[in-house]
Amino acid sequence: MKLKKMVLGSALLLTAALSAVSVQAADKVRFVTEGAWAPFNFIDEAGKPQGFDVDIARALCAKMEADCEILTQDWDGLIPGLKVRKFDAIIASMSITEDRLKVVDFTNKYYSGGLRFMGRVGETFDLAKLDGKTIGAQRATLGAQYLEDNFAGKANLKFYDNQDNVYLDLISGRLDIVLSDELPTYNWLKTSESGSKFEFKGDAFMKTDNIAIAIRKGDDKLKAKLNKALDAILADGTYQKINAKYFPFSIY
Amino acid sequence: MDFSVVVEYFPRLLEGAWVSLQLVLISIVLGGVFALPIALARISPVAWIRAVPFAYIFFFRGTPLLVQIFLVYYGASQFDAVRESFLWPVLREPFWCAIIAFTLNTSAYTAEIFRGAIQAIPQGEVEACKVIGMTKFQMYRRVLLPRAFGIVLPAYGNEIILMLKGSALASTITILDLTGMARTIIARTYTPMEIFLAAGAIYLVISIVIIAIFRQIEQRQNRYLGTLSIKVPDKG
Repeated sequence: MKLKKMVLGSALLLTAALSAVSVQAADKVRFVTEGAWAPFNFIDEAGKPQGFDVDIARALCAKMEADCEILTQDWDGLIPGLKVRKFDAIIASMSITEDRLKVVDFTNKYYSGGLRFMGRVGETFDLAKLDGKTIGAQRATLGAQYLEDNFAGKANLKFYDNQDNVYLDLISGRLDIVLSDELPTYNWLKTSESGSKFEFKGDAFMKTDNIAIAIRKGDDKLKAKLNKALDAILADGTYQKINAKYFPFSIY
Repeated sequence: MDFSVVVEYFPRLLEGAWVSLQLVLISIVLGGVFALPIALARISPVAWIRAVPFAYIFFFRGTPLLVQIFLVYYGASQFDAVRESFLWPVLREPFWCAIIAFTLNTSAYTAEIFRGAIQAIPQGEVEACKVIGMTKFQMYRRVLLPRAFGIVLPAYGNEIILMLKGSALASTITILDLTGMARTIIARTYTPMEIFLAAGAIYLVISIVIIAIFRQIEQRQNRYLGTLSIKVPDKG
């Protein structure tokens, strides 16, 4: 009897808590980012998300005059979390792909990128001779998908939970080559301690890669608001200011 | 919910399940081998012999398995000395790093289970051994260890199940075990519910098989106890 009451009580509490959350969610835009993709999104020393993506999100919020929250979540939990309404918009340097379009909607692009291989300085690199090499990428990224499509069964592919672990295994020598987005790699080569021992290999490809904010399918109101704000920050120079903070060239 | 993806990717999930099974089997066997001397040292009457396994068990039971895996995989590889040593061919492979971490972890738990079982044997039986003049070795070999084996079974079976579930952490160091495979499939299909449900079902089946095997061994090992001992009062 006592047990039954307790179960009932906690169920009531849970319902109350859940409804409180959904009421709160109604007048707030909950952005989410990954926090392991410098300089686009990373966690600073105070434990707060920072970076290009986060700055863009803040600028958009200011334009929309919306009350915003910026959460963080592991990369491969972003789309599943968006689908179950844990947050409303993913601003985590996510490329628009056909596979993703089946499950989420995207705003207009807020920058564009491309993929590029990276390896040890001085080692020769030939795209046609990657068989037997150990190549790493972050799981659930464009790079990982490209490797699976082109090198599965030929090269030894390794997929990681986040990009930081990819770098760690490249430094330790477990990986011969890394495939990732060009811009974060550019940043890592320039700023990290071990960056000088590595270099880009080959040219960038998939340069039509458009990076945008992902929202739930059918969330057209938010999509329109975000697109309008995006146009506004592009027009008034806010975007260019943020761009210049991270890259000496335009990444739009 | 679209379960056609489960059908499509089921063979790959089974591939992952096989890797999980290998991880669990190898680390359980190695862990068991290490656990016995650790347990015996742990009940030594000499204080300094007791202290070493105590510290070992304290560390491996007191820290998360995930941290232990990261320490072995990413931690060790930070040092040039490790990368240039003869250990590197082993340590560079994520599979062996996982085996090392799991073995260390499970041997600590298993040693505690063994210790508990040996100490649970009634003092009278120990005295009886001494009275008829058995040496310490004979006492352990003929009475204490076989008795402890019977006592240890339920808890040990439990430890193997925990290890099976703990093996999911291998996916964090690029191993395509059942969980790693599921996550890699989801990265492409974006159907976490369906694939994780299927992976969960496979884990469940493996657990059921482990439980059934241990039931059999338990019944055989403890058959001298008759059926009385497994009667449990209805009220709870």
